[in-house]
Amino acid sequence: MTGMIIEGKTAKWEIVCGLEIHCQIISKSKMFSGASTHYGSDANENVSFIDAGMPGMLPTLNEQCVRQAIKTGLGLNAKINKYSEFARKNYFYADLPQGYQISQFKYPIVGEGFVKIDLEDGSSKNIGIERLHIEQDAGKSIHDISPTKSFIDLNRAGVGLMEIVTKPDFRSPEEAGAFLRELRSIVRYLGTCDGNMDEGSMRCDVNVSVRKVGEEGFRTRNEMKNVNSVKFVMQAIESEARRHVETYENGGTIEQETRQFDPATGKTKVMRKKEFAHDYRYFPEPDLLPLVLDDAMIEEIKAEMVELPDAKKARFVHDLGLTPYDASVLCESRETAEWFEKAAYGHDAKKVANWMMGDFFAMLNEKKITLEESPISPENLGKLVDLITSNVINGKTAKDVFEIMAETGDSPDKIVEERGLKQVTDTAAIEAVIDEVIAANPDNVAAYRGGKVALMGWFVGQVMKASKGKANPGMVNELLKKKLS
Amino acid sequence: MADLTKLTISEARNGLKNKEFTTVELTEAYLKKMDECRKLNAFVCEAPEKALEQARASQEKYNHNSAGDLEGIPLGIKDLFCTKGMATTACSNILKGFVPPYESTVTSKLLEAGAVFLGKLNLDEFAMGGSNETSAFGPVVNPWSKDVPLVAGGSSGGSAAAVAADMCAAATGTDTGGSIRQPSAYCGVTGMKPTYGRCSRYGIIAFASSLDQAGPIAKDVRDCAIMLKTMAGYDAKDSTSARENVPDFESFLGQDIKGMKVGIPAEYRVDALDEEVAAYWRKASEMLKSRGAEIVDISLPHTKYALATYYIVAPAEASSNLARYDGLRYGNRVDGAHLDDMYINSRTAGFGREVKRRIMMGTYVLSAGYYDAYYLKAQKVRRLIRDDFVKAFEKCDLILTPTAPTAAFPIGDKSMQDNPILMWLNDIFTVAVSLAGLPAMSLPVGLSSQGLPLGMQLIGRAFDEASIFKAAAGLEQDIAFRGIK
Amino acid sequence: MAIDKETVRRIAFLSRLRVEDDKIEAVENEFNKILNWVEQLKEVDTESVEPLISVNENHLILRKDEVTEGNQAEAVLANAPMKEYGYFAVPKVVE
Repeated sequence: MTGMIIEGKTAKWEIVCGLEIHCQIISKSKMFSGASTHYGSDANENVSFIDAGMPGMLPTLNEQCVRQAIKTGLGLNAKINKYSEFARKNYFYADLPQGYQISQFKYPIVGEGFVKIDLEDGSSKNIGIERLHIEQDAGKSIHDISPTKSFIDLNRAGVGLMEIVTKPDFRSPEEAGAFLRELRSIVRYLGTCDGNMDEGSMRCDVNVSVRKVGEEGFRTRNEMKNVNSVKFVMQAIESEARRHVETYENGGTIEQETRQFDPATGKTKVMRKKEFAHDYRYFPEPDLLPLVLDDAMIEEIKAEMVELPDAKKARFVHDLGLTPYDASVLCESRETAEWFEKAAYGHDAKKVANWMMGDFFAMLNEKKITLEESPISPENLGKLVDLITSNVINGKTAKDVFEIMAETGDSPDKIVEERGLKQVTDTAAIEAVIDEVIAANPDNVAAYRGGKVALMGWFVGQVMKASKGKANPGMVNELLKKKLS
Repeated sequence: MADLTKLTISEARNGLKNKEFTTVELTEAYLKKMDECRKLNAFVCEAPEKALEQARASQEKYNHNSAGDLEGIPLGIKDLFCTKGMATTACSNILKGFVPPYESTVTSKLLEAGAVFLGKLNLDEFAMGGSNETSAFGPVVNPWSKDVPLVAGGSSGGSAAAVAADMCAAATGTDTGGSIRQPSAYCGVTGMKPTYGRCSRYGIIAFASSLDQAGPIAKDVRDCAIMLKTMAGYDAKDSTSARENVPDFESFLGQDIKGMKVGIPAEYRVDALDEEVAAYWRKASEMLKSRGAEIVDISLPHTKYALATYYIVAPAEASSNLARYDGLRYGNRVDGAHLDDMYINSRTAGFGREVKRRIMMGTYVLSAGYYDAYYLKAQKVRRLIRDDFVKAFEKCDLILTPTAPTAAFPIGDKSMQDNPILMWLNDIFTVAVSLAGLPAMSLPVGLSSQGLPLGMQLIGRAFDEASIFKAAAGLEQDIAFRGIK
Repeated sequence: MAIDKETVRRIAFLSRLRVEDDKIEAVENEFNKILNWVEQLKEVDTESVEPLISVNENHLILRKDEVTEGNQAEAVLANAPMKEYGYFAVPKVVE
């Protein structure tokens, strides 16, 4: 039970939230035209006459957009609908050249599914997926160049989108946050969307309502459009839910309306009301025939599927003994997970995980570099852990070796060898050092033997110091006990 | 030299091949005729210089024995086809000054085959009308008019009148509910609407996407076959275009129709049917019978609902197809204080009365709360209408009906101006075929007592234009219709 | 189903067309006349009939994911009533 309960004056309230996520599909050309999807070109350069809604132009469907949608659907454990239809969503807007958006309505390409999310307290939950449909993106209106005019760039018009609609299954902002991170890693693993919310390639609409704990059914919900980070989504849910509770507790009612989340205040506000409500007049797109998928295509895509974060996590927990939380941190990005696998397999995986999430990520952060740019290769991190587990070096030396690896990119074997950092495990050599320490400190020896056993730690420190940190601390402990008793 | 404009395409081709005259002489003859007949208002854009340039290039092809199927043949193009570098307006003020940077697939094919384009032909605004009176350029005058100017029919009124008056060897038309067949009947020429999907719609300004289909209007059946062979064919740019093989339609001419079953639908004997038309209908069926065809009675029980169905489906699609005309990217803009004002001002000024009526009708039948009662209902009845034909074609191979209930009527008919439904009734025999997507040809069958041409319609199974051509060629021979003077 | 003046105004706005106040009634009457006429479809039993979406019963053919168009901003903008800096220009859109 991870739901968030809001304590009102008269009752306890729970949050009911669903998300609609628009994911820009990764493809070379647009969904219904042969223009490039490249981001950052000069205005209106990636525009075909189809995208510009010129008279007599007709859409043709890009195979890759269909494949990406199927792949994503499989990643959401969802039903792939072999029959789907396109529909027109009619409305006028400056960046919508045709006066309608080609979308799917009654018959989406992907039906119900679910995504498993893992929460920090170790619990997990399935979030229901209502549907996934494909549609075209709109262009961009630019308002800040001229005080009296808006400018229209159609480069983005017609780029493929997947709209993923969840069931109203979220009961806390944390669940929604965990879901968005999981969804982002799924589409990134699959290579179907780059998942960058700040660049708008993944955009989120949030639907929120509240109800009394134990109450059946749903109350009026409000939609917040285009919330563009995981953090803001979580903030928007909480502030909107609290607003609802407050309104109900004060005897008010919630109107169904579209609101906007303002990151500056952390609150939501009503978007400007329209003269007349939207009436999208959906009807089947007569320029496109029904989309019918054959089994061969679906099977082919199934065969191309990579291991998804959830399966990877399970494997890391089961095969490598990681905790579920560690596994989910390492699996958030496919690159990290694959890097980890290279470092961990054949070595002590739990130790590798600790090193990676600790010193290694800290090193990347400090150097402000990406995983690919890391001077330390996964193989070398694995070797470092080996040197520790096989007692060649001790933990303290390992930290030093790691520092050197981060500077030079050298392998830990080479570093240990060249710098003579091997831990001393030779009994005779350690005994010789112990003898020296005993000989040099007769007072403390007498005190120890007189019952001041707490001095053991001091003796160990002295021996380690004399061995320049290379002595195996376990052996030092054991041999000291013998000699001093 | 005899009047070259009287020649059919096949005759002109022979003359050119045999060096009896040149392509330039042929084009010049038509340009002269266009000049003489300017009062008919058939052409809305003339391109004499470009035509002569094309004619000269075609002569080179003849000189080098590399002439295409339509090499040097002067054609008129309905101003609904986008022609690269040549103004294209759909005879609407909203497209005033629009010059497409692309060529429609059908006109590209005609150009590749060597055709010469004389200019663009008048039509009802956006092809919405049955009399060519809704054109922003004013009505076309039927060349058969005597004292009172008569309509040429619509929407391809310019095409039918131009062919009838020998202002072009043949013309392109488009047919949504009868727009090729009805004006062909009124003007005493031969027009063919092929099966939906035969000709690519790419680059043809859309009226109702699920119904629009291009076809030829020509001086005789053979010319229709020649034109259609070039115009038809699968086009990857139109998702609704058919992947059917395109036969050499000309090869069916002269083929025997012995044993062919010709259906006479009882439901087409409507009250509005002119007695003279009914007499010609009987005469035509007798002619087919004497050629060995078997005449069978058939029933198309949902015929009476075709007009109402059509006037829901077509405006619905049109309301969406015409949303792109917003004064933003092309066409006529009338400024406004803000975006919606600009849209409203531009569209109110740009569209004519009938187009506005249909846009609003279409918007209404798709709007929330009315979709099921009107649009969905019409789509269901549309299936019943189509199924009627499927069943009828189990009993017969071809269906013979009149094209229109009457001959051409005077321009500016008050009762029809005041009551759009009366005007729509002129499509009563053609719309059902359009809703079913079937091929149909109208050919002149004789003159009324007023000396006005009347047309008969031959309807075939989907993609069986062959049977139509076989029967039409025989009928044409028996009727021996003579054009104007 | 008769329509009223408010519906005429709403439909006109959805269509982005202006119907002057003194024309509303005429449009309303004409609409009702047409709607009365199409009401005849109610007679038809369509209980178990699927709507006909497309007369040809084929399915979509998919296009290969290749860039075949673009780099033609000039042609795209050639017919624009107003353009600046390579953009289409419109009166300020107020959010």
